[in-house]
Amino acid sequence: MTNEANASETLKRTPLFALHEELGGKMVPFAGYEMPVQYPLGVLKEHLHTRAKAGLFDVSHMGQADLIGPDHETTAAALEALVPGEIAKLGPGRQRYTMLLNEEGGIVDDLMVTRPVSGEDDGRLMLVVNAACKVEDYAHMQAHLPDNVQLEPLEDRALLALQGPAAAAVMGRWCPQAPELGFMRASSAEFDGIDCHISRSGYTGEDGYEISVAAGKAEQLARTLLSHDDVEAIGLGARDSLRLEAGLCLYGHDIDETTSPVEAGLVWSIAKRRREEGGFPGAARIMRELRDGPGRLRVGIEPEGKAPAREGTEVRDESGASIGRITSGGFGPSADGPIAMGYVQSAHAKPGTGVALMVRGSARPARIVELPFIQHRYFRKK
Amino acid sequence: MAEIKYTEDHEYAHLDGDVATIGITKHAQQQLGDVVYVELPEVGKSFARGDEAAVVESVKAAAEVYAPVSGEVTQANEELEGNPGLVNEDPEGGAWFFKLKLSDKSELDGMMDADAYAKFVAEQG
Repeated sequence: MTNEANASETLKRTPLFALHEELGGKMVPFAGYEMPVQYPLGVLKEHLHTRAKAGLFDVSHMGQADLIGPDHETTAAALEALVPGEIAKLGPGRQRYTMLLNEEGGIVDDLMVTRPVSGEDDGRLMLVVNAACKVEDYAHMQAHLPDNVQLEPLEDRALLALQGPAAAAVMGRWCPQAPELGFMRASSAEFDGIDCHISRSGYTGEDGYEISVAAGKAEQLARTLLSHDDVEAIGLGARDSLRLEAGLCLYGHDIDETTSPVEAGLVWSIAKRRREEGGFPGAARIMRELRDGPGRLRVGIEPEGKAPAREGTEVRDESGASIGRITSGGFGPSADGPIAMGYVQSAHAKPGTGVALMVRGSARPARIVELPFIQHRYFRKK
Repeated sequence: MAEIKYTEDHEYAHLDGDVATIGITKHAQQQLGDVVYVELPEVGKSFARGDEAAVVESVKAAAEVYAPVSGEVTQANEELEGNPGLVNEDPEGGAWFFKLKLSDKSELDGMMDADAYAKFVAEQG
């Protein structure tokens, strides 16, 4: 008991902690924070609500930081030395998904990079990294940045996500510019008189926004969104099942320091120029894998029965040989059945391939399927 | 008279003659959240006390259900296979997991009664 009490004392809280408790959130330790895994609605209904209307997520535990240099060219070059994404040609108000790599081409973390829309912010890039990785990420970046580019963690900001088909209409009520914003675009904005920074992106496969706001204004903003009939507070449990259905990677599970972006099926995030030029950590391995194909690949896996296959489950081929492992697995409320993803040897990665999953000591039939399990419904401007 | 006993793993055993109906408690299903899958033992299978007898899974996690007493499975609640959500709705009633023909009734003496179990749950917070 004493140990548990001590452990919980060291957990950090987001600016929305009191609101989570008031809403009946079930608080659990996650990445060093006390976070709501679910609310009284429950994981299943929270998941389905997000796909039907709009869900509000507190993602303030994630690391927000600014990278500041003298001009965009300099800051972009400094970041490009650490990631394989195209940052130099990232336009103002544009957002991009990329990853920090180690010298072996393994993934240190995945992150979102945003170039502010205003010319006054030239030379600044806004980063959002994973909560569990932020300390190491910041140290890693600081150790590699040139003297004229600084990393400034933003510890006094909250991050909220509003996700779902009703997100644009809900946001529009208090932030008229939000519905006009394109997918993977970002802008400073005013939400019901509160200064914030919004991007049209998320982690559910649905249309939606991420809203960065000063910690002291976060609760007011969250309460305003929750006052809309279409909005429910959604916990980490549904966040995980939503992203799994959308085929999106969870760092530390589906990608880590041993997996390359090629193995992980994230080649789309590496622009042509960077594939040709290299100039990022682990470029030798990544360019070799692009040329020859990787030895293993991240795939979708659909169990045939109703039994979910969890992370760590061994994957075998039809002759019984071990060919891989599940890295995320569970039940997909919208898919209405068990779903999983994991790595298998490339020879077995073709959709339709039959495999066996070793669940509780018995081989259970499954097949390799295309990701995502639920089609993305990101906003596309007409 | 029917007697209900509980384990620290939140299973209950509802005794009727020499057959015990086994399931998970209201508290257990609350902790687990929305149940999406139940795997039941085959009729005729024998368990020693503490053996893994069934599996119950929520969206997030899988949990084992242990045989609270030794015995042979006489019936499994097949309704749970098609309607696992019943475990959340009626855990200590219609959503029983399986029935065991007891091999040693005295094993029940080591289990908690309703009052002791309520106290145990309260202490766990």
